[in-house]
Amino acid sequence: MRHWLFVCLVLACLPCTAPAADQLFQDLGGKEGIARISSLALDLYFTDPRLADSFDNINRAFLQPRFTAFICRTAGGPCVYKGHSMRRAHKGLIITQANFNAVVEDLEKAMDRAGVPFRTQNRLLARLAPMERDIVTR
Amino acid sequence: MAGFAALAVWGGRAEIASAQESGRLLETAGVSDVDGGGGGGLAQWAPITGYGTRDAIGANLHATYVGLTDFGLASAGASAGFYDRLEVSYAHDWFDTGSAGGRLGLGNGYQFHLDVAAAKLRLLGNLVYDQDSWQPEISVGVQFKAADRQAVLHAIGASSPDGVDAYIAATKLFLAESLLLNATLRATKANQFGLLGFGGDRDRDYSLQFEGSAALLLSRHLAIGAEIRTKPDNLGFAREGNAYDLFAAYFISKNLSATLAFVALGPIARQGDQNGVYLSLQTGF
Repeated sequence: MRHWLFVCLVLACLPCTAPAADQLFQDLGGKEGIARISSLALDLYFTDPRLADSFDNINRAFLQPRFTAFICRTAGGPCVYKGHSMRRAHKGLIITQANFNAVVEDLEKAMDRAGVPFRTQNRLLARLAPMERDIVTR
Repeated sequence: MAGFAALAVWGGRAEIASAQESGRLLETAGVSDVDGGGGGGLAQWAPITGYGTRDAIGANLHATYVGLTDFGLASAGASAGFYDRLEVSYAHDWFDTGSAGGRLGLGNGYQFHLDVAAAKLRLLGNLVYDQDSWQPEISVGVQFKAADRQAVLHAIGASSPDGVDAYIAATKLFLAESLLLNATLRATKANQFGLLGFGGDRDRDYSLQFEGSAALLLSRHLAIGAEIRTKPDNLGFAREGNAYDLFAAYFISKNLSATLAFVALGPIARQGDQNGVYLSLQTGF
């Protein structure tokens, strides 16, 4: 029965073997810093004329916790993102590269306002950039 | 020579936004190079000029001056990028021999001119989006160049006043490292970028030359880097060497950038090594 003991130990240890939070998550200011970045970014998304068509019909109260969790997760933080995949979430919407880039630029501006250094910003942007393939629909 | 461009990174304060849906990131517009196409100052890069996305058209104007030990070189030109796929460009270069012209028996202030019409096609890859692979952005291009002063060029041993360059360029942005690398292979006969004609008494044929660039993005507005460009050595009359530069490109806004560089172009027309300062202004959308 020794292997059962082993299995139990492994299961018990799952939480502690989860990867330690990424350095990027720390450098963005942890959960608190990311919540602030997220809030600043949404302030911009909901007022940016380039994004009016995309965000007009979205409920901010619905989006903000999901967006925050998504960024936290992307940064390697210990957050659970329960939303759809990027492809599914944007399916059927009309999103151009220009829209995608506007979202990124506003995120940069939000990170500037939150005091995130340029090179730290680029580390996050590098993880978001490939999502262009799933998000841009036309 | 036209600008050093710059890299890109999602551009910061995108005040431009506008009717053209300027979507691309600041610094991705790049600059025009010696030959008028989008790239660094010396090297041709893969990205299509301007801030156009795949749905839009971008354009760029440049004005450049290079003050060398014995010569002055100026360039002005325009380029247009279509749907992040095709770029066409035109540049006119003035090469002023100053007092060296007198020493060469041409007369003080004698000028050579070069016209460059070029096209570049992006084959694959995206400089900014492809951050999850080693895939660079890869483009191919051709440059049709025509020098004037046919009689002088003939006298110094150049085979032709006209020539066609072809190149393949691969540019990779390592965004997480804020680093851009470029490598370009060029088939060319050009003497001093074409200002002194094409082919020569030492070598009439095409040779394969290399252009390499490395740039570091220091902020949303400032990039610094270094470039090398190897050149053929076709003329018996005057040896030609490799060109190097160290540059700083400042992106004032999405529409305006300035590049300052120290360049070492090697010996030109028997006047010894030509070093100097390169200043370029670019405006684009």
